[in-house]
Amino acid sequence: MGILNLFTGNKKSAGSARERLKLVLIHDRTDLAPGELESLKDELIDVISRYVDIDPSAVNIQFAKEGRAQRLIADIPIRSKSTGRR
Amino acid sequence: MTAKVVTITSGKGGVGKTTAVANIAVGLAQLGQRVVCIDGDIGLRNLDVLLGLENRIVYDLVDVVEGRCRLRQAMIRDKRLPELYLIPAAQTRDKSAVSPSDMVHLCNDLRSECDWIIVDSPAGIERGFRNSIAAADQVMVMTNPEVSAVRDADRVIGLLDAEEKGPISLIINRINPTMIKRGDMLSVDDVLDLLAIPLIGIIPEDQSVIIASNRGTPLAFENKSRVGQAFINISRRLMGEEVSIMQLGNQGFLQKLFSGRK
Repeated sequence: MGILNLFTGNKKSAGSARERLKLVLIHDRTDLAPGELESLKDELIDVISRYVDIDPSAVNIQFAKEGRAQRLIADIPIRSKSTGRR
Repeated sequence: MTAKVVTITSGKGGVGKTTAVANIAVGLAQLGQRVVCIDGDIGLRNLDVLLGLENRIVYDLVDVVEGRCRLRQAMIRDKRLPELYLIPAAQTRDKSAVSPSDMVHLCNDLRSECDWIIVDSPAGIERGFRNSIAAADQVMVMTNPEVSAVRDADRVIGLLDAEEKGPISLIINRINPTMIKRGDMLSVDDVLDLLAIPLIGIIPEDQSVIIASNRGTPLAFENKSRVGQAFINISRRLMGEEVSIMQLGNQGFLQKLFSGRK
């Protein structure tokens, strides 16, 4: 719900505060700047590609939180060998 | 008597720490407790004016630490209550005049003399903050429902976690139910979800806080004050009483608190 409304601009300000704080707190708590997350993603794709065949555009990396603990969740679909190899 | 040391801190300035210390200390003293509050904001003291005790200062915290007076001599008794004392901060010195271990020693000397030591932390995360949490058995982090205050509170909670200071609880100040209802202020649930620490109290936004500070009479002295009552509720919770969180407005966001948070 949040993201769509953000772009339409008519969202209540408390919702913006909530969404913005969520992101800011993740970066503050992990000491990881938004740009660094992108390089982390690129390097991760590099390393994994050396071992398995993956589709870089399908890789999804995000933060999840449980209480005050942060978790980095990476969803990396692997290209199937049985169909890919012929 | 073995006092518990409770520090109130926030990271961001101006969220109401000193007001909270004054009112919670008055609340505890009204409940028959022997309370000493310490102004940890050396160089920018204000707890004395909020308590209306500014004209009675002879010695201060730095005088005690540097041995110019005995602890007892720096304790100003609030005559409105049987057992409420203030140890003021020095106004013409800076935070480096006191070290964290000085605070630990001072609080240890006080522990046998009272039930509660309430420490008012300065804003920031530097020396004054370190001094103020050095002796703490328990820390209350104060915030407002605003992005900057919540962000700074999160930073402070992270530092307290790293120091293994605890238990930590949250006071949310200056809540405006009309703005929350309109969708223009973070709700109590929003802030709790973001900061993820237990709530010990909420305080409504109210002009009476400024009037009370003008007079030097904390609202906890006034029977009819909602703000005063909200602070006294925190004092009661510190004493281990189960006091339900005050209902503000009629939007019912607090019911959710008790029906279990996600």
